[in-house]
Amino acid sequence: MTDEPLLRVSALSKFYGSRVGCENVTFDLWPGEVLAVVGESGSGKTTLLNCLSTRLLPSSGTASYRMRDGQFRELYRMSEAERRFLMRTDWGFVHQNPADGLRMTVSAGANVGERLMAVGDRHYGKIRATAVDWLSRVEIDEDRIDDEPRAFSGGMRQRLQIARNLVTGPRLVFMDEPTGGLDVSVQARLLDLLRGLVTDLGLAAIVVTHDLAVARLLSQRMMVMKDGRVVESGLTDRVLDDPRAPYTQLLVSSILQV
Amino acid sequence: MATPLVVSDVAKSFIMHLRDGIKLPVVTGVSFSIRSGECAVLGGPSGAGKSSILKMLYGNYAVDEGQIIVQHEDGLIDLATASPRTVLAVRRLTIGYVSQFLRTVPRVSALDVVAEPLVQRGADREAARNKARALLAQLNLPEKLWMLPPATFSGGEQQRVNIARGFITEHPILLLDEPTASLDARNRDVVIGLIAAKKAAGVALLGICHNHDVREAVADRVIDVTAFAAGKIAA
Repeated sequence: MTDEPLLRVSALSKFYGSRVGCENVTFDLWPGEVLAVVGESGSGKTTLLNCLSTRLLPSSGTASYRMRDGQFRELYRMSEAERRFLMRTDWGFVHQNPADGLRMTVSAGANVGERLMAVGDRHYGKIRATAVDWLSRVEIDEDRIDDEPRAFSGGMRQRLQIARNLVTGPRLVFMDEPTGGLDVSVQARLLDLLRGLVTDLGLAAIVVTHDLAVARLLSQRMMVMKDGRVVESGLTDRVLDDPRAPYTQLLVSSILQV
Repeated sequence: MATPLVVSDVAKSFIMHLRDGIKLPVVTGVSFSIRSGECAVLGGPSGAGKSSILKMLYGNYAVDEGQIIVQHEDGLIDLATASPRTVLAVRRLTIGYVSQFLRTVPRVSALDVVAEPLVQRGADREAARNKARALLAQLNLPEKLWMLPPATFSGGEQQRVNIARGFITEHPILLLDEPTASLDARNRDVVIGLIAAKKAAGVALLGICHNHDVREAVADRVIDVTAFAAGKIAA
């Protein structure tokens, strides 16, 4: 366990004109920690995720990331090329819609192999072997390696997207509603897979979800957002079992019991 | 004897914002300590706040006032104000918890549910599974269930999985929330034996236990929670 966080976020805000995207968000994320960001549509959670992953530049505030050499770098002061490199190697981004994170017209194997080539791997046999290994880790049969993701079911596409993101051994993964739009049985399988991978690889992750059950399963810490602001944060089970903010109480009491 | 857990002047209430912000006082002035090798039991009728006290000690409920001092690694920390990250470390290394109900994860087998806390403490997965097998056998859980996810198990079977999960580690403090509520006499005796072994190993135990026989067998003393009733002062 390290004593330094992986990511330090301070007073991050994003305004769209006079409208608030997210406002004054501050937190630290440590290696191996999964942070869930919950809230309903329009609460600013995806804006926050996009700012953190530098897909969007914030209006104010800072975020610094501890690079592999141990130095903290200010994310919004990096050059575009440096940010792209970070995105390709040390980070992953799992989109709600797999089509946004995959190349739908190249094979499954190439989708995984492409990230490896981006970090400098050139040996075809090795890349293919690694791709096969990762497909099996996400429970995709080896004989599907040459098929295009277009021919995959939604759950398979999502698992392929996860393999594509994790193959380079990232330290931080952003996930935007990773189980949204999937059947519950497919969702359970994916959650179990994600849980296992996060534990085995010691990944840090920021997971945006509106599903409190998903948040409880995957995360240790939680931030609840409303109207762009963090209204409550803490240990996931503390927030869910003893919600303090009026909005969190409303969210928790709205869960359907099975 | 060492005293790894000291609770002083802890108060807890719930504010129900969906009910016009009414305040439900739970407990106030909660003060006690637990020594190593001792098993204390929280006494009092249902609704007195016994579970709430256990949940505050595990960081599961927020604390309004007071201190919960825990000996963690080589220092003392106040759980009432500790950061989430510290609470997680305390749970991993210092305070274990046997909850009343098992929260199951889809597709994870009973064996791995039991082994998980050891793996989290850095143990080898196979060694952890072996220890899990031994505990499940000791608790008479039929072997054919071990590889199944416990979601469809009976209440008593789930509780035994939960007990095994709580007892597998060597946490110096162990919290027990009704560990024998849905067990038959034979398995109650097994749990009494497990608690006795923890006491002998110097673990500080704090539990809730409505069953008279179990309480007689394990409790060194009873902490009367009605003394901390918040209603008395508020009313």
